[in-house]
Amino acid sequence: MDFVSDLFVNLGRVWTDFLSMYLAPWLVRLINWLIVSTILLVIGLVTVLFLVWLERKIVARIQDRPGPNRVGPFGLLQTVADAVKLLTKEDITPAGADRIVYNLAPALATFSALMLMAVLPWGPRLIAADLNIGVLYLVALGSVATMAILMAGWSSNNKYALLGGFRVVAQLLSYEIPMILAMASVVLLAGSMSTQAIVEAQSPLPYVVFTPLAFLIYLLASLAEVGRVPFDLLEAESELITGYNIEYSGMKFAFFFLAEFINTFIVSIIAVTLFLGGWRGPLVDRFPVLGVFYLGIKVFVLLFAMSWFRGTLPRFRIDQMQMFAWKVLVPVALVNLLIVAVAVKLPGGLWAQAAFALAGNVITLLVTLGLLGRAARRFAERRGERLPVTT
Amino acid sequence: MLEQYGFIALYSGLVFVFPFLGMLTAWLLRPKKPNPIKRSTYECGLETIGDTWVQFKAQYYLFALIFVVFDIEAVFLFPWAVAYRRLALYALVEMAIFLLILLGGLLYAWRKKALQWQ
Repeated sequence: MDFVSDLFVNLGRVWTDFLSMYLAPWLVRLINWLIVSTILLVIGLVTVLFLVWLERKIVARIQDRPGPNRVGPFGLLQTVADAVKLLTKEDITPAGADRIVYNLAPALATFSALMLMAVLPWGPRLIAADLNIGVLYLVALGSVATMAILMAGWSSNNKYALLGGFRVVAQLLSYEIPMILAMASVVLLAGSMSTQAIVEAQSPLPYVVFTPLAFLIYLLASLAEVGRVPFDLLEAESELITGYNIEYSGMKFAFFFLAEFINTFIVSIIAVTLFLGGWRGPLVDRFPVLGVFYLGIKVFVLLFAMSWFRGTLPRFRIDQMQMFAWKVLVPVALVNLLIVAVAVKLPGGLWAQAAFALAGNVITLLVTLGLLGRAARRFAERRGERLPVTT
Repeated sequence: MLEQYGFIALYSGLVFVFPFLGMLTAWLLRPKKPNPIKRSTYECGLETIGDTWVQFKAQYYLFALIFVVFDIEAVFLFPWAVAYRRLALYALVEMAIFLLILLGGLLYAWRKKALQWQ
């Protein structure tokens, strides 16, 4: 029972002890690192296979059609079939392309997505590398993806791809600021940038109770960061014929696709880790193995919500998208950061701080919604329309 | 702690090689029959007109500049956030002043219509 209650950590310990009997310590460490790297890679790839299927199924149900159901049980192997097909497709490099940049771009996109997995906490003591700058690492390597997409758009020698690349710069840069500010408020609460320490610090109350506003901002900004509906301007099918990756085919296209879905997965894990208590849940202190399941459930809920958005929301226009980032999210995130900073310095223990931060958040949210409503009404008046009265 | 960075170094090497391995496999498996029409720029059947790499909208620069300001702010923000609990009240006042100056800059850009997409 003891062994099963902390299954993964104990398995690792038994395996390390077994190796240590025969090999030098540095060799044991190297082998373990290689195994952990392989596990992370496999987690990333298998999750993407499942995630693509899941999203297609959910969107299909929303649109009242069955979705993939031919290959394998419930169409589960459809993604595998697609991957094999992409692997054997002819690869066409456009004539005027900048070849080095063109080939480097999909590799860099995948690199950035997979690198992020190294600092995510999967359970108690279950983390590949518990860096003390975890959150900064996530921000830093996340922005490499921006560069990869810009490289792809630039090097393809295609006007649509280039337009897609420009939009990426505009969108990803704009939404990185509110994302960083929302993350900073969590770092402020936890007093540490290590992802594992942040999860452990949320022991009676997850941080979403302190600052629901930061959670909301992070969720919206991360949707924009991974370029998903309603922020999918960078690959708008109907405007840019998929934008930056238009000239890519075969395996290179597959790597962009892979990076996008790994990023979706990772962004949900980060949101759960920072705001929803990560692997925390009932009885997790006695049976640490439960942490993985709690994390999985929370992440699944967020992923489901993202697919739901994709099935139901229309796309933003580029000016609306920019305006929303700079005129709404950034000021609100700055105000929220100040509220959290004041709350942390309050005397009277955790609950008083939480109550103050929550009250401040609710007031900020109401004021923001009020101002937005007024702006919308004024805009409608200028165009000579009357806004429908909503309750 | 340094040990963790050892793992990151090894992992980054593997992860960087992985996509190239994938592309190599595809290179071995896929057909290779390029022709000029296949390799021409894809524009839904139309011939492409003019050069692709032309001068683009200056507005993108404007957003990039504002972004740089706020990104540098983040560099100051994270160390402050980590050390915040150990600092006296002046840390709050100082950062409040810093954030208000930034907010002032944002409002200035707003008034100057730099945030308006034309």
